[in-house]
Amino acid sequence: MTIDKVVSPASRATEVLGGELTESSLKRYLNGISGVDAVGLEARAADLGSRSIKTTSKAWALDRIISLIDLTTLEGADTPGKVRSLVAKGLTPDAADPTCPRVAAICVYGDMVPAAVEALGASHGLDEVSGGINVAAVATAFPSGRASLAVKLADTADAVAAGADEIDMVIDRGAFLSGRYGQVFDEIVAVKEACRRADGSYAHLKVILETGELNTYDNVRRASWLSILAGGDFIKTSTGKVAPAATLPVTLLMLEVVRDWNRLTGEKIGVKPAGGIRTSKDAIKYLVAVAETAGEEWLQPHLFRFGASSLLNDVLLQRQKLATGHYSGADYVTID
Amino acid sequence: MSFLEYAPAPESTALLNLQSEYGLFIDGEFRAGSDPTFSTISPATEKRIATIASASTADVDAAVAAARRAYDSTWSRLSGRDRAKYLFRIARLVQERARELAVAESLDNGKPIKESRDVDVPLVAAWFFYYAGWADKLDHAGLGPNPRALGVAAQVIPWNFPLLMLAWKIAPALAAGNTVVLKPAETTPLTALLFAEIVQQAGLPAGVVNIITGAGSTGRDLVNHPDVNKVAFTGSTSVGREIARSLAGTSKKLTLELGGKGANIVFDDAPIDEAVEGIVRGIFFNQGHVCCAGSRLLVQENIHDEVVDRLKERLSTLRVGDPLDKNTDVGAINSAEQLARISELSEIGEAEGASRWSPACDLPSEGFWFAPTLFTNVSTASRIARDEIFGPVLSILSFRTPAEAVAKANNTPYGLSAGIWSSKGSRVLAVADKLRAGVVWANTYNQFDPASPFGGYKESGYGREGGKQGLAAYLAPAGLPSRAAERASGAAEIDSGNAEQGEAAVVAGAGGTAGNADSAGTTDTAGTAATEGDLK
Repeated sequence: MTIDKVVSPASRATEVLGGELTESSLKRYLNGISGVDAVGLEARAADLGSRSIKTTSKAWALDRIISLIDLTTLEGADTPGKVRSLVAKGLTPDAADPTCPRVAAICVYGDMVPAAVEALGASHGLDEVSGGINVAAVATAFPSGRASLAVKLADTADAVAAGADEIDMVIDRGAFLSGRYGQVFDEIVAVKEACRRADGSYAHLKVILETGELNTYDNVRRASWLSILAGGDFIKTSTGKVAPAATLPVTLLMLEVVRDWNRLTGEKIGVKPAGGIRTSKDAIKYLVAVAETAGEEWLQPHLFRFGASSLLNDVLLQRQKLATGHYSGADYVTID
Repeated sequence: MSFLEYAPAPESTALLNLQSEYGLFIDGEFRAGSDPTFSTISPATEKRIATIASASTADVDAAVAAARRAYDSTWSRLSGRDRAKYLFRIARLVQERARELAVAESLDNGKPIKESRDVDVPLVAAWFFYYAGWADKLDHAGLGPNPRALGVAAQVIPWNFPLLMLAWKIAPALAAGNTVVLKPAETTPLTALLFAEIVQQAGLPAGVVNIITGAGSTGRDLVNHPDVNKVAFTGSTSVGREIARSLAGTSKKLTLELGGKGANIVFDDAPIDEAVEGIVRGIFFNQGHVCCAGSRLLVQENIHDEVVDRLKERLSTLRVGDPLDKNTDVGAINSAEQLARISELSEIGEAEGASRWSPACDLPSEGFWFAPTLFTNVSTASRIARDEIFGPVLSILSFRTPAEAVAKANNTPYGLSAGIWSSKGSRVLAVADKLRAGVVWANTYNQFDPASPFGGYKESGYGREGGKQGLAAYLAPAGLPSRAAERASGAAEIDSGNAEQGEAAVVAGAGGTAGNADSAGTTDTAGTAATEGDLK
């Protein structure tokens, strides 16, 4: 018998698991979740990927993809100038077409949040009526997550104080893979608490599972449940720094989890595939998977995002092609 | 707008270069039939596609005579390597004309283009490639050195996978050195006639492949023709019985692939989302017009309600409609007769107290359509749990223990297929071992491969198609007396006691493992005579 440590209370987990929340009750619950058949999951994803989205459906899909993008720059070489340019692109993706929708958010490292907030000015804050967009910051020693909890919390609080609307945290994959689910749970709960603003509201918390390091679909399913139980608002596939990043089967699996969570509690959790989605054709497959798995209502920025950078230009080229009937070229979209 | 109302994405029929009228393909050429012609229609629109010839008794004679001449003069004299060249050529031509064949198949049969494009036609090519590889290796087919061909094969195929069943029949027959006369189903002759064009394109010697069209009487004439050495039939059990009776006492070798009422068994430790997909694939694939369909769902009692709820949710996303639309999941029912049978059995199911459920879906006004349907509260005695419906109708029963699951799964006159869903490999093996079914799928369903033998126990028929076993059905050991001598002695030969042919194939998905079911297949040929002679 191991001695149970009482992990921090999180209302979702106590309601769903019932009784006292302990390391072993958490483990029992997560290990009791039905397994995943890899061949079947991949076959279903391939099947969804074979939908043929044409004409009016394609036009709608392209616009919707843009409004679901977290336009991202996460480089050591980032500068305030680069971030300003990205913000401008996020607000006016196609300089030649003012009807083009804006992206959902700009995603940057914590120290670039002030630059992003300043560049956005009055357009700060996701709002489909006013057309504002959010600022998302990666935190918790992104991408490896290898820092003490105190550093991770400070990283988070710092970004929130600078005006970040959304925090993309990474889980401790080492702890998860060695079975210390309670530690991962506690960290997510603590980071969620660090997302609290002075006025008592919370920045949105996206929990990055780094599915490329979790390796098996069974692990991805358990980590998804764990992240939701601990209070995540979104579950996100990857940092984009580890290969493979987002794949359609992994995203489908996470969509199945949020669908099941919704069935269980009535609550809606978001999903964000990130990294590796570069073409409109791929992105449309994700839209199909969302609509046919979680439901069409998930196709809105509060419940689904693409973490991407080069995807936007490909969508713009496709969009121009639909409008004019011919392909333009790389010089007709702006470089970030 | 709703994104899920995907804009129409119809496959173009432009590359389909159909003739208005098709004759019989005999001795390498198309010729008019002697009996009155009939039309083949699209079941999705009821519009005529082409006029088809009907073979009279004299036409059947001519086709068998052409096959006999080709057998004696060329095909039996060619080396295996040379036969392989022709088969490889046919396989490549099928690939080259894949799009055209897929469109024709969906048009004539009513199946969704995504299935004809991604399943039927690629498997057709795979079957020819696979048996092409066997043509010069017959010494390893399990019959000893220098096995010999049987002669002329009479082959009658059904309407559910018209071109694929043609490939299952013709590829092993030609590889083994036989010549064939094939009769496609009355409602789906189109792709067989396009295949005749491919045979011409491939330069196959005249008479090696003959394709004759017509109704049930044509098929009866063909299988009863005295100069036929081998009969292969896929279709209903009643017609299979009739053939078995009429062939009894002759020297013709016979294989039958008949009906089924496959049990799809879901244990409580199954990967649930994938199991739901597998259930859907098992019964709604090809509108349920699949002899090995998983039409009886056996769910462990403690997850019954959850599985039914998830199935209903999943069924609501199925898209029923135009077979040529690339987003269609469920197409048209093949014929008015079949639609009537499905409707009748469904009404009987309701009358017997089962609860019927279908998702809301708008069915087109023209054509033959049936919404995907579930029945819960089905008892083992109910007709919808016993009879082969051959349509998009699933009967759901529950079980408590593995032993009960096995007992219920085996409690059927059929024995063609079964599925097992469980994360536990040992359970999959233990249950598969006790199921009397020719194919047992573990954590997957309706997967086909030319290397895997396929066939039934009990009233599902005898003989195997596919793999080495499928080849053996068209060969005889070198040492046996010649066909002519056998004919004189009048001994019937039926593929039944052969242990190899009783072997069940177990195909495993990722979570499962492979094993063998009981090896001794039983046969039942003593049933009552069939009254309706409709060959399907």
